[in-house]
Amino acid sequence: MTEEHGGTSFEDRLRAARERRGLDPKPPPPGPSEESEPSLLGLGFRVAVELLSAMLVACAIGWGIDRLAGTRPLFLILFVPLGGAAGILNVWRVFAPRQEAGKERK
Amino acid sequence: MASGNIDALSQFELHTALGEAGAAVHFSQSNLMMVVAAVLTLALLVIGMRPRAMVPGRLQAAAEMIYEFVYSMCVDTIGPEGRRFFPFIFTLFLFILLGNLIGVFPYFFTFTSHIAVTLALTIVVVLMVTLVGLAIHGLHWFSYFVPQGVPKALLPLLVPIEVLSYLSRLISLSVRLFANMMAGHVMLEVFGAFVVMLGAAGWYGWLPAIFAFGVNVILIGFEILVAVLQAYVFAILSCIYLHDAVHLH
Repeated sequence: MTEEHGGTSFEDRLRAARERRGLDPKPPPPGPSEESEPSLLGLGFRVAVELLSAMLVACAIGWGIDRLAGTRPLFLILFVPLGGAAGILNVWRVFAPRQEAGKERK
Repeated sequence: MASGNIDALSQFELHTALGEAGAAVHFSQSNLMMVVAAVLTLALLVIGMRPRAMVPGRLQAAAEMIYEFVYSMCVDTIGPEGRRFFPFIFTLFLFILLGNLIGVFPYFFTFTSHIAVTLALTIVVVLMVTLVGLAIHGLHWFSYFVPQGVPKALLPLLVPIEVLSYLSRLISLSVRLFANMMAGHVMLEVFGAFVVMLGAAGWYGWLPAIFAFGVNVILIGFEILVAVLQAYVFAILSCIYLHDAVHLH
């Protein structure tokens, strides 16, 4: 790119022109949504969903095994604490910094 | 609403669409909106990309921006292998995004506000993630459920917990999308009903009615944010799950 017009490159002039027209804040519409994600309400909702979903799946599996095996309360009782633990694990996965590969969990 | 109490949930009822022919095959308005979302996606990409201009017009710029946004999301999250899953994630993202967005318009139905729809989408994602993991790693993939660096004696306890945690994605992913969309539309309906009821109550209800109307206007903007955000969250979580399946641990 040739430098002309008092040392301002084409990119600079384009950016200045876009800012004048107010075009630049518009292009990344999904962009700001990533930043606005960790609102407290959203965070609380996420934790609740993670805890509840693990518990729900555990109850469903325990109840299903009981139904098939005819051991009514046994597996349900076994799976409820497991579901609670899995829920805590889910929440931990949300917040824990991932050391390998520097990948953060969303 | 006419009888005086707020009926916020009847908006999610399914009716058959397209008259007699639709009723014969139980084609609901939810299905119709899915078709509309798919057609809009195709229209955006086909009509938007038709000029193939070096300097894109508005529609072409929108199409290119969405394409590049999802593409970089795939490659950044999954890694170089993400290119193979790009068509899947792109389809998923656009389908959910348009489903959420057209629900904001009057007379349109939000098909993502039904757990049946979101759960079906999630089952597709989890099945796909599992099959991809099995295809790449074979039976070695099951070591995903065995946490590293723990005593052997604890494994009978920890492996079921890991399996449960894996399966709970089914619920957490689907409930997140469904609950967000449904809650937003219930709020809109409730405040809309406030406007009507207060407005009908007489002159002293007009000021609160205007306030409720203002809240509804803000809620519409909030709905648009939630619509885009939830589509993004669904897509990025699918990417993260695919990343886990491609790179074990």
